[in-house]
Amino acid sequence: MIRLDRVSVRFGSGARRFTAVADVSLDVAAGEAFGLVGESGSGKSTLLRAIAGLVGHAEGTVELAGTVMPRRRPRAARRLVQMVFQDPYGSLHPNQTVDQALAAPLRVQRLGDGERRIAAALHEVGLGAAHRFRFPHQLSGGQRQRVAIARALIVAPPILLLDEPTSALDVSVQAEILNLLTRLRQEHRLTLLMVSHDLAVIAHLCAHVGVMQQGRLVEQTTAAALAEGRVHHPHTRALLEATPGFTGTVAAD
Amino acid sequence: MSGATLRSWLLDPAPASRRQARLGRWYRSWRSLSRNGLAMAGLAIVLALVAIAIAAPLLADPAAATQQFLPARLQFFSRAHPFGTDELGRDIFARIVFGARITLTIVALVSVIVVPVGLGIGLPAGYFGGAVDAVLMRITDIFLAFPRLVLALAFAAALGPGIENAVVAIALTAWPPYARLARAETLTRRDAEFVQAAVLQGASHARILLSQIVPLCLSSVLIRLTLDMAGIIITAAGLGFLGLGTQPPAPEWGAMVASGRQVLLDQWWVATIPGAAIFITSVGFNLLGDGLRDVADSRAA
Repeated sequence: MIRLDRVSVRFGSGARRFTAVADVSLDVAAGEAFGLVGESGSGKSTLLRAIAGLVGHAEGTVELAGTVMPRRRPRAARRLVQMVFQDPYGSLHPNQTVDQALAAPLRVQRLGDGERRIAAALHEVGLGAAHRFRFPHQLSGGQRQRVAIARALIVAPPILLLDEPTSALDVSVQAEILNLLTRLRQEHRLTLLMVSHDLAVIAHLCAHVGVMQQGRLVEQTTAAALAEGRVHHPHTRALLEATPGFTGTVAAD
Repeated sequence: MSGATLRSWLLDPAPASRRQARLGRWYRSWRSLSRNGLAMAGLAIVLALVAIAIAAPLLADPAAATQQFLPARLQFFSRAHPFGTDELGRDIFARIVFGARITLTIVALVSVIVVPVGLGIGLPAGYFGGAVDAVLMRITDIFLAFPRLVLALAFAAALGPGIENAVVAIALTAWPPYARLARAETLTRRDAEFVQAAVLQGASHARILLSQIVPLCLSSVLIRLTLDMAGIIITAAGLGFLGLGTQPPAPEWGAMVASGRQVLLDQWWVATIPGAAIFITSVGFNLLGDGLRDVADSRAA
């Protein structure tokens, strides 16, 4: 579903040129959940943005659902992939109600039947009619993130990108959001690609894991292997050691 | 619906419709504005000005504002002339009342030009950055370099004095700060995640600018405009004082101050009354602008 072939992302030019993602090749099958871990600045979020089409990639190809993405993505291709951002406070427009946030993608993508779709999207993420006409400041962090998930899924994308979707939330709310994502993934047969620095969060949702360091994908493994400590790259080992009590966590599937 | 139920309907944390959500939001802003006494005083002054301008023919005789009657020149306050008469025997009260129309016309015309031009230059500059930003901001800098009154003088010399040219001259020199403000506001928002979400949905640049960024810029632009109103009114009055604004016998406040200048010591009211009108109106707009800014700040916090 997601196929990356030697993708590089660079910022700036000349002497100040900076390679954020270098030569990453990756395959995520349809319906699979893939987790990307790494430290801050390892390029994992940039890679996610390159797949989403928010930043242009300098080299390589990004192939989604069998189609190579052009530099300027047509409107129809935008329906292939949606994203949930890290900060639920920054990802919703402060002056727009939940209803407006959900109606906008339908209008842009010229999808009809908005009334039913908005109600269904809210219901799916566990929100009701009572939340529909609230402004973001009238919602809790977890509720905002649910709205962000509903907004991403309302155009029915086969691929959902998650950029640290729980790191800004309370621990109890984190679990709720992760369980919600697990359920939505099964119901919609979503292909997930999640970025996190938290191995436990990744292992909860993703069977396959990639480890990034300094813009490179240094190791691909499974959540089960991570839990048992069967890793090869020294950086992966360092990440494991930095997460005490992680061993024994079981992947969702 | 009684007052209490209407209030609870407006303040309902879970509105049931788009209209209720929007009205509730306005009501909350209004409540925080109405708690600010000075802002309400400013609002009262501005509303009074608007009411006077609309009801001018009911408050005073239109003919009295322009008709000369030399036997009754320079009279002090009386029942027939509440604010006395000027050097040509015209009723100052009537001239003040009809002058409100001219002042409001200038203010409205300048706003209608300045806000779209400022947003039209500032939004693309902030949003696209790079060469677009550089070109648009250098144009802005050039216009910022013109002193307002000197440009107005040049305009009056080239096109002839009059209210339209005064408006154009004021607008030409008033828009650059708005472009800068809109650019700065856009810069802080263009990388926001809700903008990125809109990009991911496939929204065009125009849609993102109009639906995501303009609503956030607009409040600070409008507040700035309210605070600028005093300056606009004073510039218009200054042009009138120099004889480059509205032409006689139209009752423009600045021109009235100018005509009262010769008799300032003996018949002080001829210049003082229109001066007070300019002062009160400017203060009113300033107080209102300050109050609106406080409301916007408390919402952002």
